[in-house]
Amino acid sequence: MTTLAHGALLAGADMYRDICHLDALESESAHILREVAGQFEHPVLLFSGGKDSLVMLHLALKSFWPAPLPFALLHVDTGHNFPEVMAHRDQVVAEHGLRLLVASVQEYIDSGQLRERRDGTRNPLQTLPLTDALRDGGFDAVLGGGRRDEDKARAKERVFSLRDEFSQWDPRRQRPELWSLYNGRHAPGEHVRVFPLSNWTELDVWQYIEREQIGLPGIYFAHERDVFLRSGMWFTPGAWGRARDGETVQRRLVRYRTVGDMSCTGAIDSAAATVAEVIAEVTASRMSERGATRADDRLSDAAMEDRKREGYF
Amino acid sequence: MTTHTSATQSLSGGAIDPALLRFATAGSVDDGKSTLVGRLLHDSKSILRDQLESVTAASRRRGSDTLDLALLTDGLRAEREQGITIDVAYRYFATPRRRFILADTPGHVQYTRNMATGASTADVAVILVDARHGVVEQTRRHAAVAALLGVPHVVLAVNKMDLAGYAESVFGAVTKEFDACAASLGLRAVTAIPLSALAGDNVVHASRTMTWYTGPTLLEYLETVPVGDTVRRRPVRLPVQYVIRPPGAEYRDYRGYAGRLASGVLRTGDRVTVLPSGLVSTVAAIDILGEPAQKACAPQSVTVRLADDIDVSRGDLIATGRPPAPVTDVRATVCHLRERPLRVGDPVLLRHTTRTVRARVVEIPYRLDTDRRERHAAPDGLAVNDIGRVVLHTAEPLALDPYECNRETGSFLLLDPTDGATLTAGMVGEPFGVA
Repeated sequence: MTTLAHGALLAGADMYRDICHLDALESESAHILREVAGQFEHPVLLFSGGKDSLVMLHLALKSFWPAPLPFALLHVDTGHNFPEVMAHRDQVVAEHGLRLLVASVQEYIDSGQLRERRDGTRNPLQTLPLTDALRDGGFDAVLGGGRRDEDKARAKERVFSLRDEFSQWDPRRQRPELWSLYNGRHAPGEHVRVFPLSNWTELDVWQYIEREQIGLPGIYFAHERDVFLRSGMWFTPGAWGRARDGETVQRRLVRYRTVGDMSCTGAIDSAAATVAEVIAEVTASRMSERGATRADDRLSDAAMEDRKREGYF
Repeated sequence: MTTHTSATQSLSGGAIDPALLRFATAGSVDDGKSTLVGRLLHDSKSILRDQLESVTAASRRRGSDTLDLALLTDGLRAEREQGITIDVAYRYFATPRRRFILADTPGHVQYTRNMATGASTADVAVILVDARHGVVEQTRRHAAVAALLGVPHVVLAVNKMDLAGYAESVFGAVTKEFDACAASLGLRAVTAIPLSALAGDNVVHASRTMTWYTGPTLLEYLETVPVGDTVRRRPVRLPVQYVIRPPGAEYRDYRGYAGRLASGVLRTGDRVTVLPSGLVSTVAAIDILGEPAQKACAPQSVTVRLADDIDVSRGDLIATGRPPAPVTDVRATVCHLRERPLRVGDPVLLRHTTRTVRARVVEIPYRLDTDRRERHAAPDGLAVNDIGRVVLHTAEPLALDPYECNRETGSFLLLDPTDGATLTAGMVGEPFGVA
């Protein structure tokens, strides 16, 4: 755990006045994480090494302190991840003595179970390794870092979201969710996807990262990198693909707002090199996080909904 | 009493002003709720450029020259296909003064359960009426659901004032009509605001036309309404979620009870009762997510250690003050959520805070007509969206507070024991605080 220092600030002052919106969100997320530990036999926490999953891990470590996490981490590795993110992932896992499981898209492609798409993106290919890993691991609750502010289909998502044996999401069959009574009942073979960060926004996440001094992979901060422009976004060439005819590689000062598969995650022009500068940038931005940097969500109005229906997070 | 000055009056009295407000919207189909939500987001500069571009493009594909703000909020394929809102959606926006979580509840279909879902966590309910039609059946239903769910503050948003000549007399007539309805339901803090979502009057910016109105705009009201203080003045209720017992030598004697404070302020040294066992102990230590503290208050998530080595597990309730007496007979007002009716004799699971027990529906004394506030016999049980009274018998005792005293420890869910589906939402005690 990076730090638990903020509590010291609360101790001396009048507690009533010090419940800020981050405290409220933090307490709500801790409540959700503890409900998962209390209600399920085999939960697992999806962990990509990105900012949302790092915040979720931080919350989980605080929620069960001084006991260790009562669940393992699962990473669906597309094979086209940013090396900086993988290094950070492994460092965090080692630092806290966590158990990390990896489901590899590359292995599925190598064995012929999945075929590379013509557009080169591996984001949709994650679904099968994920659902197989959930089934093989016997996981009955899967914690994810999804936030409702990310997408209008996500805005309809419950905190506890029941999935059938095929991991499918059916928005019409969602359970009403009242008060803070989260219903984790499920039949054998079904599982529940749980989103402790449902009520957080991108800005909340960054403000919390600042307050709790949570370490992040360097690609979230401005750095010089070779990129080329495609569909209005800056992509980093790599094993996943390179610049085509008419696309020229250039060196630019950029940062990433989200971390995902390199084939569909774009960088933005930015000089924000510290958390405070990122907060200022996000506050002033007139583009949403996904709109600015996610190619696969531009495919159609319902791109996210359609992938969620298939079992994607 | 409905007044547009009550908000500003009560502001000075509120010492606690959390920076996070949860509110729910309710309105009938053509009251302009989508436009109001769109206007609120648009005028508070909460719609980002790419989202606006996406809605503009979608509007154009549908052959519309004007921006259809409903496309901004209708997130599902089926909703866009049918032009209706299927389910509650949660939206987020912020101003320099506060952050907002909006439960956007559809008024179209399945309104009672959807509004109940949104209202269950709301600090404020915004009930929309069309100025030309005034209080209609749905308005009374929305007011009843807000009262039933114990929403602390209600805004009567009198919309479409542009179509009513911006007349003060029209606004006066609607608020007077709503007053009578609100009074009979026991709704206390009601604030009425005349507005035009279409033209943008009194949503974010003050109206230049309705100069006779001197109260806050809707956004000003939402930014300043004081919330969250009453729950801390009540006795402590801490449902135990999880027992934290670290392995290894370092914390050998650590036995912490983790949970979120549903109400009250808990201090080290407090005498507490553990329910349902009734055993008494003293708070030896409090950890707020890893940091030791002398006190904690609702709604903080905490871990508590007790001075005595007593048996406490998930499902128990740690309480101060006069603890609720555990009972196996539960009388409650319920909102039925499922298509399959709830009938006398049904075996159910009752989920109360962190405790789930077997239970049986013993009696359904009546179904409530929220429009006329009449009680009807319910020989066929409660259908979806019905509000009614039930008597339940539980296999194990439950420590219940009346819902009007505590929304967390006074509420419960009924679940289907076969597939775990959520059947019914329950509130302990009489509806609307009357016998």
